[in-house]
Amino acid sequence: MLVSEREQLRENIERRIRDFGNNRSALIPVLQEVQLKYGHVSEYVMQVVADVLNIHPVEVYGVASFYSFIGHKQKGRFIIRLCRTISCDMQGKDRVARQLENDLGIRFGETTPDDNFTLEWANCLGMCDQGPALLVNERIYTQVTPERVHDILEECRKVFGVHTLQEKETQCELPTPAK
Amino acid sequence: MRTADTSQMTFSRIEPGAGLERALRMQPEEIIGLVANSGLKGRGGAGFPTHLKWQLAADTDDDLKYVICNADEGEPGTFKDRVILTNFADLMFDGMTIAARAIGAAKGILYLRGEYTYLRSFLEDKLSARRKKGLQGKDILNTDGFQLDISIRMGAGAYICGEETALIESLEGQRGEPRNRPPFPVNTGFMGHPTIVNNVETFTWIPCIVTRGAAWFHDIGTEKSTGLKLFSVSGDCGKHGVFEFPMGITIQELLEKVDGTDAKAVQCGGASGRCVPARNFDRTIAFEDIPTGGSIIVIGPDRDMLEVAKNFMEFFVDESCGQCTPCREGNVKLLEGIDLLLQGHCSMHYLKELCSLGETMQLSSKCGLGQSSPNAFLSIVEHFKDEIMGRTNRQAVGTSKDQPCQMH
Repeated sequence: MLVSEREQLRENIERRIRDFGNNRSALIPVLQEVQLKYGHVSEYVMQVVADVLNIHPVEVYGVASFYSFIGHKQKGRFIIRLCRTISCDMQGKDRVARQLENDLGIRFGETTPDDNFTLEWANCLGMCDQGPALLVNERIYTQVTPERVHDILEECRKVFGVHTLQEKETQCELPTPAK
Repeated sequence: MRTADTSQMTFSRIEPGAGLERALRMQPEEIIGLVANSGLKGRGGAGFPTHLKWQLAADTDDDLKYVICNADEGEPGTFKDRVILTNFADLMFDGMTIAARAIGAAKGILYLRGEYTYLRSFLEDKLSARRKKGLQGKDILNTDGFQLDISIRMGAGAYICGEETALIESLEGQRGEPRNRPPFPVNTGFMGHPTIVNNVETFTWIPCIVTRGAAWFHDIGTEKSTGLKLFSVSGDCGKHGVFEFPMGITIQELLEKVDGTDAKAVQCGGASGRCVPARNFDRTIAFEDIPTGGSIIVIGPDRDMLEVAKNFMEFFVDESCGQCTPCREGNVKLLEGIDLLLQGHCSMHYLKELCSLGETMQLSSKCGLGQSSPNAFLSIVEHFKDEIMGRTNRQAVGTSKDQPCQMH
């Protein structure tokens, strides 16, 4: 990451923490925003957040590693979380899981080599009456069949082109992730 | 399969705002008295009397108090709060506002689970619409000096944050590890201030009780479990979805309504609840008999009970916060025991050891997660010994799954 990008990131984090009243309860919302923007919370971010909140970076790591929706490892642009809990299990989540693995060529817990998709298990998504259910980032899909898996992935792939273009045009307030 | 119709619910017959308007003409003590007379108990599953929680918070002397709505609905098989938030959000916010009036709170927080992030903007819109209508902010409905600001905070995918002290820890920017109690949140809650944490459904019943009267609610259900309750029904039955039934309904009656009478068992209360076998379907769903937060999972005749138990134990191994030993280690041991049973390698002696471990966990775990996580295992062992003991390998292979399982 360029020095200027780092500085901008620090400024953004400082501003967001100020918005939350400069206290520790800002920690999780800020980490969530970084997660949403970058797909992970890097060590640098943890250090900055710790500096601004005046706590030890390990405190930040302790929190970041506790929650399953916050991670310090770079994940794919689309995180697919398939519900593995009982009702979705009874409605055939195993076959959906197998088809996801087949179509993406990765196993659960892995990311595709092009960094586009990460496959994960989720615990109860609250869609037990319409299972099997999966989340793609924030979007929920219900009554997923093995056949529909392909359509869902295609829907994501279509977004790639548009998404990258938009990003370049608008140049969002936070810099694009460094690889 | 059919999904239940929300227009059949009481909530759809209560006009949003009406209960709030009436409540704001009452004194705070009157509101708490009304809730006390209705007999409403916490709809998240624990069944703590709502009025008592409110009274304790109202009695404290602090300039800043909080009303928190627990929308961290993570119990497997529960989705009623999602349906309420989608269809009756205003009624729920009315309930929070009435609660704030009753205890003297000026701040409200809706803690929404990370899995429901897609509902966030919808709810934010609801809140800004309320602000425009004078239902949020200063002098609500021209009631002098009554102010409430509700904000939304997101969970980040931790089941344990449904436990109220873990939820507060999470709001404070900590790991979601439950606190020792006492002190209770009603005294020392969010940021050290008196705080009430109630379930989405509990808040939503409040304007209904205010509108229709405490007697209406009290006359439904049983003596110790009054009123109506929403049930999230899923599994092997003809009708899935959210149903409203009176407390004290028998499992058999419930199964008849959802076309699931051929079930061999029903899991009441989600993964942390109990598994009720067919011969006990005459038992009632009530706090004094079989308690539930509303999760009803119907288990059909062809299901393997060990696979059911395994799914629940995998859930708890994954979701235990790891803070106390009985829960962190116990759940792993029970899961290993289920694997032994699946392979047909578990002696009766060892099974008894496991059951004794389960009972120890119930007694010695720090919070509700570890105290209730062995329930499903213990009830399945108790009622289905015949099915789970002495498996031959061929059976085990037929039912086991050969796919990777992420544990972290």
